[in-house]
Amino acid sequence: MTTDTYRRSAADDHPANASPEYKSTATRSPTRPPVVLPQSLSEITGPLLSTERLGALENDLTRQRMSAPLGERIIVQGRVLDENGKPVPEALVEIWQCNASGRYHHPGDQHDAPLDPNFYGGGRARADGDGRYKFITIKPGAYPWKNHHNAWRPAHIHFSLFGPAFATRLITQMYFPNDPLLAIDPIYNSVPEGARARLQASFDIDLTQPEWALGYRFDIVLRGRNATPME
Amino acid sequence: MPSVTPSQTIGPFYFGTIINGYRHDLAPPGVPGERIDVVLILHDVQGAIVPDGLLEIWQANSAGRYNHPDDRRNLPLDPGFEGFGRASTDTSGCSHFSTVKPGRVPWPTGGLQAPHINISIFARGVLNRLATRLYFDGDPANGEDPVLNLVEPARRATLIARRDGSGVWRLPIHLGGANETVFFDC
Repeated sequence: MTTDTYRRSAADDHPANASPEYKSTATRSPTRPPVVLPQSLSEITGPLLSTERLGALENDLTRQRMSAPLGERIIVQGRVLDENGKPVPEALVEIWQCNASGRYHHPGDQHDAPLDPNFYGGGRARADGDGRYKFITIKPGAYPWKNHHNAWRPAHIHFSLFGPAFATRLITQMYFPNDPLLAIDPIYNSVPEGARARLQASFDIDLTQPEWALGYRFDIVLRGRNATPME
Repeated sequence: MPSVTPSQTIGPFYFGTIINGYRHDLAPPGVPGERIDVVLILHDVQGAIVPDGLLEIWQANSAGRYNHPDDRRNLPLDPGFEGFGRASTDTSGCSHFSTVKPGRVPWPTGGLQAPHINISIFARGVLNRLATRLYFDGDPANGEDPVLNLVEPARRATLIARRDGSGVWRLPIHLGGANETVFFDC
């Protein structure tokens, strides 16, 4: 019988901390196994950020500046669920991404590609009671990085979620289907093979709005509660 | 049933999209408790500082109550105190927080934990959120803390913040190397 409130993930759900093809892990990954911690109140509680008030346009990255940004307008929509298939209601979803040219609005990004004064690249959304969230943005570009010769990141959007507990905190990246760069990206491929496809959004003609924007669906699954012994 | 979404690195270009979500100061005036300043210093496996990390903290209030519906104990909540902080590391690898010292919270099989702050670590090159804790040097409850006692004695010091000359609680966090911090699978 377990006393854990939240299920523990299997080893083949997440990347190994040391993933040699992703060079930065060499100096930033622990080598000792983590100490397995029974889940106490410290782990099963966590920030819900329920008093955080979101502005009306925070989930629309195409309307945060004076004019529309350059690039292919897209809708990214999905649900925040747990491993039991239950929605995570009112979940705060944070995203950030580069612009259509592959450049981040960040002083550390020195890629020789133009900044877009009409694109900041950050957004937040609050899921509804059924875990549904929605962003309007532009498709991010691919960009080079210095991991190895001729290394390019596939187009991606960073996602950050808290879920109901300290134990459910997740930062991940959403990728686009049929991107040829996925096959050669060390970060995407740090995920065990059987779990990688979970990071790909799917093109969805039903989310696509005629004459306006392509729609992509991306559901995010956080750790689920164990059934309690009494149930 | 759906399978859990895999983790990925925060990368180097996180810019606080969440711009109004950086939270260094957790406890506005009027929140009861002992005021403390905490500095976490992030190091890589070679001891070099990590200037592009993001650190988050989560803690109980001074009465030992978490601001969360799953903490159902009849203890006071403090208006304005959520218990969550977030700060990127600066060019010297430091994240600064101002808060109150948390009270003691219970352990699932009985007894109380020593006062502690829960920490999440994100950075370029870190593929999974790393979780650790901060304890307070000299707290008389440390000796009976069930989590500290899960850790081999030689490594417990990696979890214990010490006060510097100006009273600031400082905790170095080492992602690896001889002084590798104890990380938890929670």
